[in-house]
Amino acid sequence: MLNLIRQGWRPLAVLILLFIIWELSVVVFDVPKWFLPAPSDIFTVGINEWTEYNQHVFATIELIIIGFIVGSLSGILVATLLHLIPVLRQSMYPLIILSQNIPIIVLAPLLVGWFGFGMLPKLIVITLVCFFPIAISLLGGLQQTDRDLRHYMLMAGATKRQMFWKLEWPSALPSLFSGLKISATYSVMGAVISEWLGANKGLGVYMTLASSSFRADRVFVAIFIIVFISLLFFMLIVWLEKRVIRWQASEKRNTNGSS
Amino acid sequence: MAHLDVKNISQSFGEQEVLEEINFSIDQGEFVSILGPSGSGKSTLFRIIGGIETPTSGDIVLNNESIKNQPGSVSYTPQSPSLFPWRSVLDNVLLGQEIQGKRDRDTALQMIDRAGLSDYADAYPYELSGGMKQRVSFIRSVLSPQPLILLDEPFSALDEFTRTDMQQWLLSMWEEHKRSIVFVTHNIEEALFLSDRIIILSNSPANIQREMSVSFERPRNEDLLLSHDFLEFKKEIYKEMRASHLPS
Repeated sequence: MLNLIRQGWRPLAVLILLFIIWELSVVVFDVPKWFLPAPSDIFTVGINEWTEYNQHVFATIELIIIGFIVGSLSGILVATLLHLIPVLRQSMYPLIILSQNIPIIVLAPLLVGWFGFGMLPKLIVITLVCFFPIAISLLGGLQQTDRDLRHYMLMAGATKRQMFWKLEWPSALPSLFSGLKISATYSVMGAVISEWLGANKGLGVYMTLASSSFRADRVFVAIFIIVFISLLFFMLIVWLEKRVIRWQASEKRNTNGSS
Repeated sequence: MAHLDVKNISQSFGEQEVLEEINFSIDQGEFVSILGPSGSGKSTLFRIIGGIETPTSGDIVLNNESIKNQPGSVSYTPQSPSLFPWRSVLDNVLLGQEIQGKRDRDTALQMIDRAGLSDYADAYPYELSGGMKQRVSFIRSVLSPQPLILLDEPFSALDEFTRTDMQQWLLSMWEEHKRSIVFVTHNIEEALFLSDRIIILSNSPANIQREMSVSFERPRNEDLLLSHDFLEFKKEIYKEMRASHLPS
């Protein structure tokens, strides 16, 4: 915690400074509220209208959590299969890269057309966004095991199964977590985008409504909440990583402490 | 009857012949060093004995059974300690047993204790010094159920004094457990200090240039390293190896 304060005060100070400049500019140049609201206005709206929009926040959080779980599980599954079956890897890997070149914003309306306005098309959007960073980094981790350790396992007579569970999987965990961290933030974006397309609840809906009625203050409230959720989600994964990968987290802490 | 029999092993990769008609045997409880210059095919020989590489011709027999292409038939201590970073010292030394089937936690703890690492049983490898890591790696081999241990230049990365300490520690462990050991090294002194017998490999393609018995009394200690007989013996081996190692 102390460490967090020691390292975190600089960006926090910059952020506060930015808010002060923003607030002053709005007052000095007399900017209309619908054009750019002052941070203090946004804050007031955020507090006062909480009871009106909180259902949107919870709906989005629910969607993010389900989407992230489905997305990461499919990413882990795809990476593992591609790793264990070389033929699959050679034939599918380029296609997976290609899948990321399809703009989600174009694909999403099509998905709604095919699967309706329910949960399914939204989950597909989040999964598509989430699974890629996880699959790619986990696959990289699984493929790059230490040669000496692999040699030891072979000499010791390890089966393919033992090779996977005792060597490849644990050594790929750091890579998996770097994928999870990227996907955690992506999944928030994915959820909001999927709600733009058609939903009756959620921050995406709230944002569209606010923006079409020129309520810039509400748009900013939504933006700040989204940023906050992303940050929270990211920190959750970092916390999980520290719990799971103790052999490296402590190593990092040691080197930080000595430098 | 010999314990391990290496019979007429040859290996070539395409045109290049790496091993040529290697023949030797190891008795039960014997400590044998294979001495050869770098690049003399020692690692290839180890991979063949370990069962993860197929020789062009020849056979490897352990206790009257062929172990050619049978990984896991011998226990192995690699050149780098090769400890698994996510496993504690205790879980690392148990890995060899785990792969073969059953874990014997109590014996493992005893051996960790005997190696002076009892405070480190739950530590992760990054917390250990180089010498400690090598000890853990060797305990892992001793705890593995296979009757023969292969050591692949395990002390080559250590400084002089740590190395001497480790050699003495290794000897005491071996005298206690009486497992057969095949020790590969390019260090003449190390081979002389440790072994009952030395097998000298010539350079590419490797074949057996000479076999020598080392009859220094056991238990051996550091003083031996500077004794007259020891240095004479070292000189002899040095000349033997130098003759075949033509300047390139």
